[in-house]
Amino acid sequence: MENLIGLLIAAPLLGAVVLLLGGRRLDKAGHWLGTLFAAASFGIGVVLFADLLGRGAEDRTLYEKLYTWIPVEGFQADVAFQLDQLSMTFVLLITGVGTLIHIYSIGYMEHDERRRRFFGYLNLFLAAMLLLVLADNYLLLYVGWEGVGLASYLLIGFWQHKPSAATAAKKAFLVNRVGDMGLSIAIMLLFTTFGTFAFGPVFASVGNATEGKLTAIALMLLLAACGKSAQVPLQSWLGDAMEGPTPVSALIHAATMVTAGVYLIVRSAAVFNGAPDAQLVVTIVGAVTLIFGAIVGCAKDDIKKALAGSTMSQIGYMILAAGLGPVGYVFAIMHLVTHGFFKAGLFLGAGSVMHGMNDEVDMRKYGALRKFMPVTFVTFGLGYLAIIGFPGLSGFFSKDMIIEAAFAKGGTQGWILGGVALLGAGITAFYMTRVMLLTFFGEKRWQPDAAGHEPHPHESPKSMTIPMVILAFGSVFAGAFFEIGERFLKWLEPVTGYEHGNSPVSAMTVTASTMVVLVVGVGIAWSMYGRRPVPVVAPRGSLLTRAARRDLLQDDFNHVVLVRGGEHLTRSLVYVDHSLVDGAVNGTAAAVGGASGRLRKLQNGYARSYAVSMFGGTAILIAATLLMRAV
Amino acid sequence: MNPVNYLYLAALLFTIGAAGVLIRKNAIVLFMCVELMLNACNLAFVAFSRMHGNLDGQIIAFFTMVVAAAEVVVGLAIIVSLFRTRHSASVDDASLMKL
Repeated sequence: MENLIGLLIAAPLLGAVVLLLGGRRLDKAGHWLGTLFAAASFGIGVVLFADLLGRGAEDRTLYEKLYTWIPVEGFQADVAFQLDQLSMTFVLLITGVGTLIHIYSIGYMEHDERRRRFFGYLNLFLAAMLLLVLADNYLLLYVGWEGVGLASYLLIGFWQHKPSAATAAKKAFLVNRVGDMGLSIAIMLLFTTFGTFAFGPVFASVGNATEGKLTAIALMLLLAACGKSAQVPLQSWLGDAMEGPTPVSALIHAATMVTAGVYLIVRSAAVFNGAPDAQLVVTIVGAVTLIFGAIVGCAKDDIKKALAGSTMSQIGYMILAAGLGPVGYVFAIMHLVTHGFFKAGLFLGAGSVMHGMNDEVDMRKYGALRKFMPVTFVTFGLGYLAIIGFPGLSGFFSKDMIIEAAFAKGGTQGWILGGVALLGAGITAFYMTRVMLLTFFGEKRWQPDAAGHEPHPHESPKSMTIPMVILAFGSVFAGAFFEIGERFLKWLEPVTGYEHGNSPVSAMTVTASTMVVLVVGVGIAWSMYGRRPVPVVAPRGSLLTRAARRDLLQDDFNHVVLVRGGEHLTRSLVYVDHSLVDGAVNGTAAAVGGASGRLRKLQNGYARSYAVSMFGGTAILIAATLLMRAV
Repeated sequence: MNPVNYLYLAALLFTIGAAGVLIRKNAIVLFMCVELMLNACNLAFVAFSRMHGNLDGQIIAFFTMVVAAAEVVVGLAIIVSLFRTRHSASVDDASLMKL
């Protein structure tokens, strides 16, 4: 069975190689090939999953070592995979959602002449993401980490003829680089502390390291997670990443890659458990991002950017849960999986709407689409109910657990974190209801575009609606399936550990208050966008709305503090370089030059003056000698 | 034997030679002045040799003469070729190497 683990990665990798090197010949069949390789990987994943289920809970970790990557004495790194319950969960999510999105892309990218290349990149992404979650040491994980970054860059900038897409790709790459630096520093610290990269030995010897070192490692890992998962302060790239094709936004920037940060933290649970200060920082980052993303999501008129704000906010929930320690790890992953279903479904729904509306993204120009796109409406609606936490749907279970765990942190911290998580649930209900009302309800507000083409909203082809239906099923039933008999908890507990938190408020109270904020959020959204007609041109709005439309001034902040600050720093360094360093060098040269210029005047070319100096010198020498004798 | 008179004469000759080297421009005259200085030294050597009663000083004088002769051979050849190219034996004119 172990031999299959490598094949999981090999299938999409082979697909990427074939599609990217195959050239035009494969244009006709490329998308089918790409989908086939993704589905093959999913099939192997299912086989491995069945195998794991057949084993005892303690026996569910498989290893496969391919070869020794760096065979240096004292610096061993293997290309080896570790498949346990945590990686298995990710493998199924990545390959399952990935395959569905491959199928969806067949229809969505139908008219794109570079469709083969698109599927090649998607396969490349799958391979890198699988490598990330299957690696059994941090160095190999880093390879996957950079690989998904590359695939994300290529896919955000897939429509590179649009300058905005090219810029967004560069922005995502650069912001991610900051996080990646954190990861590389963390790996170096891990190596100097433990002398190895492999998960097993590192986690086994965590007790030997001082808390200070563990805190440093954990904070650097958190920085990496912030970059990849678009958490404050490295969140600015995710909104712009929506420039990529919608299937990419669904797969990479909603369901899988952006959750890699959560994976990293949960995987390094042993390190974080030993560093309570770092865990506190993790919860703060999660809580801040949760509110930040939700507020941005409330103000955006671009449907994909509103969903991107929501993604940021939901990952904030996961990071918050991961920061709570063993109380929250399982729920972080559970929310990650349910979020993978409903957010991918929502993005695919948004893509389907755009597909029918001539790629219009402004929700103020939608309206009343439920009559024209019934399947999209129903699947999107189920995803909507799941994300706001409608009782019985998947978001209800996973989000409730996180809110409860946050309260269970205890003391003032518990109240603050729990309160923030509760508030976030209310805002989630508000902005998702807003998206829903603007898109599918009210009057139709679309108009002919500049060229006079009136959009004719129509339902998308089968290849697009089937994945949406499947994901909608997942959004509805996954939560209940995981929750009945605490299946998910029992499945993950051997890897992540679990302890039940003692919440100061009862589970019933939490659920009841979640319901209250949910109803309030939906009610406010309905009174603002459902009761009266929505203006096609956005009103000016309050100060907060205007700030939120500009992503709460994140780019302005980055520009003023980091870009300008960096420019000033460089300028002053250049000045120091020119005046002090170059000044010292040039000054020495000028001094030597001036002195020799003056000395050169002695060399006047008159033999007689040389003779005088010779006579003078001789006379002085003789005089000195005589004088010394006399003394 | 008292060498004082010989030494006075040697000093006088040396001074004349040195002054000539410093003042005159003509290379040939300069050469003659150099010879004058060398011979003033030779005179002093021989005088001291006589005073001490050994031959060391006289042998040195021979060496000096040989060196002077060699120097004259080379020097005169240079001066002649200089004169041929520049039609002047002035040392100030030969300033091609000066910056």
